[in-house]
Amino acid sequence: MKLGKKIERLTLLLRLDGELDMNTASIVRQAIDVEIEKRGIRTVILNLQDVRFVDSSGLGVIIGRYKKLLPLGGNIKITNVPPHIYKIMELSGLPKIISFYVDEAHAYEEGRGA
Amino acid sequence: MKTNQLNLTFSSIPENVSITRLLIASVGAQLDLPLNDIEELKVAVSEAVSNAIIHGYKNNPSHIVYLDLNITGDSLKIVVKDEGCGITDIDQAMQPAFSTDPERMGLGFVFMQSFMDELQVDSTLEVGTTVTMIKHLKQTPIVSH
Ligand SMILES: Nc1ncnc2c1ncn2[C@@H]1O[C@H](COP(=O)(O)OP(=O)(O)OP(=O)(O)O)[C@@H](O)[C@H]1O
Ligand SMILES: [Mg+2]
Repeated sequence: MKLGKKIERLTLLLRLDGELDMNTASIVRQAIDVEIEKRGIRTVILNLQDVRFVDSSGLGVIIGRYKKLLPLGGNIKITNVPPHIYKIMELSGLPKIISFYVDEAHAYEEGRGA
Repeated sequence: MKTNQLNLTFSSIPENVSITRLLIASVGAQLDLPLNDIEELKVAVSEAVSNAIIHGYKNNPSHIVYLDLNITGDSLKIVVKDEGCGITDIDQAMQPAFSTDPERMGLGFVFMQSFMDELQVDSTLEVGTTVTMIKHLKQTPIVSH
């Protein structure tokens, strides 16, 4: 799993590249939690364009960050989801609680007071 | 369709989960399964193997997980076995959203159930757990000239 990170004020943009399973979930968890704790990040945008696989361990880490950010007044947004990844996310009910966007620009735009 | 059998014995380390997905994906491709079916098989195997490592062996890397694939004329049978702690209440464990780990969502069995045609779980406390999953294969019609 390769991670691309970009921080802009209180927003962390994370681009994931690889397979999100029990082996890589902890890398993503740490990358996000460290920014929440050290920099006070409140919005996390996850770009999943280059994610080739996800299972329950991967979904668990996303929901876990959502649960962590919610009481802090924060939010998590998902962008660029490949269709076969979206299918499994849908089965888990994830789109009912987390917002999906076509691309990063749309995710940034919403919530900026536009 | 040719019958085939593959057995993989591997250490209970997280890195091996992706290797089991590679194996099932290759087998699925050889069977000419649609890409969508192959993706689903990968998730089902990933869930069963992850459970063996995470729950069965409590993330202890020094144990062994067994993956057996059996292809007959009309089905692909996947068996994932661990010699770990076992499951106290199988019916409860298989309930959607049930997990003994508060950090987890209890989705593993849900995915195995939705992506496979048959799912059977056998477990004995302190002996281990065997998850058997079957996918029915469509018979390729015999082409006559
Ligand atoms: N091989 C196993 N050995 C022991 N217990 C198991 C095993 N597989 C599953 N379980 C038990 O069954 C429960 C449900 O499993 P399931 O895969 O559905 O959810 P989970 O692993 O807890 O969460 P998720 O799969 O969403 O990460 C587990 O929490 C665990 O208690
Ligand atoms: Mg599981």
